[in-house]
Amino acid sequence: MKADGIGARVTRKEDHRFLTGNGQYTDDISLPRQTYAAFVRSPHAHAKINGVDSASAAAMPGVVAIFTGKDIAASGIGGLPCGWLIHSKDGTPMKEPPHHILAVDKARYVGDQVAVVIAETLEQARAAAEAVSVDYDVLPAVVDTATASKAKASVHDAAADNVCYVWGHGDAAAVDKAIASAHHVSSLDIVNNRLAPNAIEPRAANAAYDKSSDSYTLYVSNQNPHVERLLMCAFVLGIPEHKMRVIAPDVGGGFGSKIFLYAEETVLVWASKRVGRPIKWTADRMEAFLSDAHGRDHVTNVQLAMDANGKFTGMKVTTTANVGAYLSTFASSVPTILYATLLAGQYTTPAIYAEVTAVFTNTSPVDAYRGAGRPEATYVVERIVETAARDMKLDPAEIRRRNFITTFPYATPVGLTYDIGDYPACLDKALKLADYAGFPARQAEAKTRGKLRGIGLSSYIEACGLAPSNVAGALGARAGLFEAGEVRVHPTGKVTVFTGSHSHGQGHETTFAQVVADKLGIPIDDVDIQHGDTGKVLFGMGTYGSRSLAVGGSAIFKAVDKVIAKGKKIAAHLLEAADTDIEFKDGVFKVAGTDKNVPFANVALTAYVPHNYPLDKLEPGLNENAFYDPTNFTYPAGTHICEVEVDPDTGKTQIVNFTAVDDFGNIINPMIVEGQVHGGLAQGIGQALLEGCVYDSESGQLLTATYMDYAMPRADDLPNFQVATHVTPCTHNPLGVKGCGEAGAIGSPAALMNAITHAVGVKDIAMPATSERVWRALQGRA
Amino acid sequence: MQAIQLHQPASLADAAKLRSGNDDARFLAGGQSLLAAMKLGLNSATDLINLAALPDLAGIKVDGNRIVIGAMTRHADVAANADVKRLIPALAVLAGSIGDRQVRNVGTLGGSIANADPASDYPAAVVGLGATVRTNQREIAADAFFTGLYETALQNGEIITAVSFPVPEKAGYVKFKAPASRFALVGVFVSKGTGGVRVAVTGAAGSVFRAAGVEAALAGNWSAAAAKAVKLSADNLNSDLHATAEYRAHLIPVLASRAVTAAG
Ligand SMILES: Cc1cc2nc3c(=O)[nH]c(=O)nc-3n(C[C@H](O)[C@H](O)[C@H](O)COP(=O)(O)OP(=O)(O)OC[C@H]3O[C@@H](n4cnc5c(N)ncnc54)[C@H](O)[C@@H]3O)c2cc1C
Repeated sequence: MKADGIGARVTRKEDHRFLTGNGQYTDDISLPRQTYAAFVRSPHAHAKINGVDSASAAAMPGVVAIFTGKDIAASGIGGLPCGWLIHSKDGTPMKEPPHHILAVDKARYVGDQVAVVIAETLEQARAAAEAVSVDYDVLPAVVDTATASKAKASVHDAAADNVCYVWGHGDAAAVDKAIASAHHVSSLDIVNNRLAPNAIEPRAANAAYDKSSDSYTLYVSNQNPHVERLLMCAFVLGIPEHKMRVIAPDVGGGFGSKIFLYAEETVLVWASKRVGRPIKWTADRMEAFLSDAHGRDHVTNVQLAMDANGKFTGMKVTTTANVGAYLSTFASSVPTILYATLLAGQYTTPAIYAEVTAVFTNTSPVDAYRGAGRPEATYVVERIVETAARDMKLDPAEIRRRNFITTFPYATPVGLTYDIGDYPACLDKALKLADYAGFPARQAEAKTRGKLRGIGLSSYIEACGLAPSNVAGALGARAGLFEAGEVRVHPTGKVTVFTGSHSHGQGHETTFAQVVADKLGIPIDDVDIQHGDTGKVLFGMGTYGSRSLAVGGSAIFKAVDKVIAKGKKIAAHLLEAADTDIEFKDGVFKVAGTDKNVPFANVALTAYVPHNYPLDKLEPGLNENAFYDPTNFTYPAGTHICEVEVDPDTGKTQIVNFTAVDDFGNIINPMIVEGQVHGGLAQGIGQALLEGCVYDSESGQLLTATYMDYAMPRADDLPNFQVATHVTPCTHNPLGVKGCGEAGAIGSPAALMNAITHAVGVKDIAMPATSERVWRALQGRA
Repeated sequence: MQAIQLHQPASLADAAKLRSGNDDARFLAGGQSLLAAMKLGLNSATDLINLAALPDLAGIKVDGNRIVIGAMTRHADVAANADVKRLIPALAVLAGSIGDRQVRNVGTLGGSIANADPASDYPAAVVGLGATVRTNQREIAADAFFTGLYETALQNGEIITAVSFPVPEKAGYVKFKAPASRFALVGVFVSKGTGGVRVAVTGAAGSVFRAAGVEAALAGNWSAAAAKAVKLSADNLNSDLHATAEYRAHLIPVLASRAVTAAG
């Protein structure tokens, strides 16, 4: 293995810049004649807007312009699009009520943007925003997920019962039959709590219009600048795509929340031409809580049918998913395509049916958040499997083993074909690392200290590497899901790689450079990764769904192959040999079976100084593009084991051990992979133990809109993680990789909740399992 | 947050004068509560009087059977002070449990008790030890100092100069942290000394209070078991996003018993 090649623990190239304060985030960028925007946001969850009086605000010092929803509507601008069309089981398309970029006649959640104030300074913009007076008639708010479809109020007239769609997936009749003839049916009602994404860098944008070229530049904290540009230009503002450059510079975390096209940056772009000056906006933390798309928020009943041996025969899942006040960019796909297709888990359950009712409520829009649908699916499957083990008096590891899929490829009854995996191997490794066999002794010892000890498993699977475009299209995607890459070899043999993937914490600048350096046999410092700028990168679908390496990396891999293929032709010419006799290894082109060779850098130089060059047959230059469209999803999977101690006097849970054994396929940089797993586990544990958005059920106010009230996991909430991998290489991408960005957040909540309910001896405790909830469960049990 | 005028007073009297007659002026200590409130628009002070300009307000002295801590003494200094650790270790533990390192390196004793946040830690020690609050005008007994939610006996323009803590025979503090804010969801300070047994509870109600039931139990039998056996009513306790009154009522005896154990 090369010291900085594939498989090496190369320290992250980008960290020096971040740790020394030299990152360039959107808010760091100020343009000549910069102005600042502040949004007037609705203080009400649901209100009719009778009028907006901005006259006195407009007269305040420094105010450049104030725009309302009426101004936007008058210029003929429509609303934000939803990128995925879901059909109800009766065949009707989902309800897609307009999502105005500034509310026109109604505000639909606390934080809904009603007007924008643009001023010379941020303070002036904020002061004037406070002075804008909006005449509201407050309406009753719809908040609760489970009862939204029966609420008296309607969030949108177009969906009087607040139902966006009722989607069915799988074979309902087969499942009913399995349930009717089962030896035992385990059943569970669970809630997947709503989360705020909490990127450390809040959303930000800076939009500028250039009159001389009649074009726009948008700096925006975003995970997929080309998608942002496409959606904003083609679907909202009608700006020709080639007249807009979107730059997503350093981005301080996204977790999904920066995939989406939001109203704020769209308003800024629109207004930048009107005011003829660049406009900058950066959310403050409370705005982030209120206006970032939230995650999860499902209410589910699940039933699992079994035979006498605990073999699963059918599963029925009924879910209500809260999509919030408007359909955010991928909101419709998260509780459907990214959720129900994963309900087979790692098991051979032959019949599965899921029915998902998506409801509108007067809350922030809900969309993809780290894992997006797959954590929800895993939570359903792994909680009911643990429940089934308890019902059947089987060891939780044993019931899993009895039901594991062991032959591949395996077509699930919910539409996916798993290419490869080794679920028993991951389980066994995790059981060993966690010393599962020693648990009873540890439990007994804890009892002597008055502590209740519990252990919980979660054998998760996810579908990553989104996605075969044709499959996604057939499922309703309104976009392709390939990735693009360009490998530009400079005359000196140094390499700049342009990727459509976007790094906002993942470490692409290191991992991708490792791949390229390894393949080209050159030092990693000779490779630079560029991303996040539609002006530089040919195209891209961006980073989410753990797709970057599997899809973006594969595109780069293909482009490098093209570089090598062309290099061979140049080398053949220089070495006076046939193309087919040239081999490339360790950075050197060589005539097979001889010691005649020419190094990579010389070939590069020859490509750009083509004096001795086959100009009649070959173009000069060494610069190759590739697009990679995957043929299948990738299927990272593994087993997480969590061990907890509960203090019965207070209900406080302490995680005493957490083991994660993951199969991510081949590993390029184990250190980065471990970091991704640690971060994902922290977020999954955060969901299970600490986090949760709470809306007041009457007023619809977000009660958890600061860090005084929304509990983020801190280091001392977490144990030292034991992480390990087991590798079965992905069969259908050239790197054999599967993706690792979301697994931690996907697998861990179920492991933790299985452990807590095991310790306490109850069927369920709602997440987050606060001390009081656990204490109450203990009271109920006694 | 709007522009503000920062004043550097030359003396206590000067500081008091700057405050009197200016409703929009506030004393600035560590700023850990005040500035946050201003940023959130909850406090519209236009003038800040910087108490850090008065060097005599910070410091820790042993005075007979008491420890006197200046109002501007930072939490970190109380937590690390050898005399405090030797004579009232529970007070050092308490100061060390406040917020995070950054907060402890800036926040002050005077600022904390003047602010009288219902979930803050110091009020539990002040009441739990029966301390005396010294101001530029008078001395105020702990039991009379905290008068309600964010309210104290301080008059307009009155400046806390120090708090005088009697050294107890035994004392213990146990804080059950709210997971988000890490303030006290409930905190219980117990002490036994010349003034008898005192049990002060923070975080559970609108203001710090003495848990009479627990005090009576411990006066008869200073033991963890005695404290834990007490049943408290949830009436008048806080129910909020983070915990119900019932749960808080349950936690008080549990934490009191642990504080007794910690007191040794
Ligand atoms: C992130 C964070 C976490 C925290 N966690 C905790 C916690 O766990 N437990 C806890 O108890 N506290 C906590 N705090 C609050 C912290 O302890 C503050 O230091 C304290 O509440 C206020 O002290 P200060 O010196 O910063 O006062 P300031 O913020 O400067 O002042 C607070 C108020 O007191 C007044 N004041 C200040 N000094 C005097 C004086 N000498 N005389 C009269 N009036 C005065 C001011 O005018 C102001 O009204 C936390 C704060 C933060 C920011």
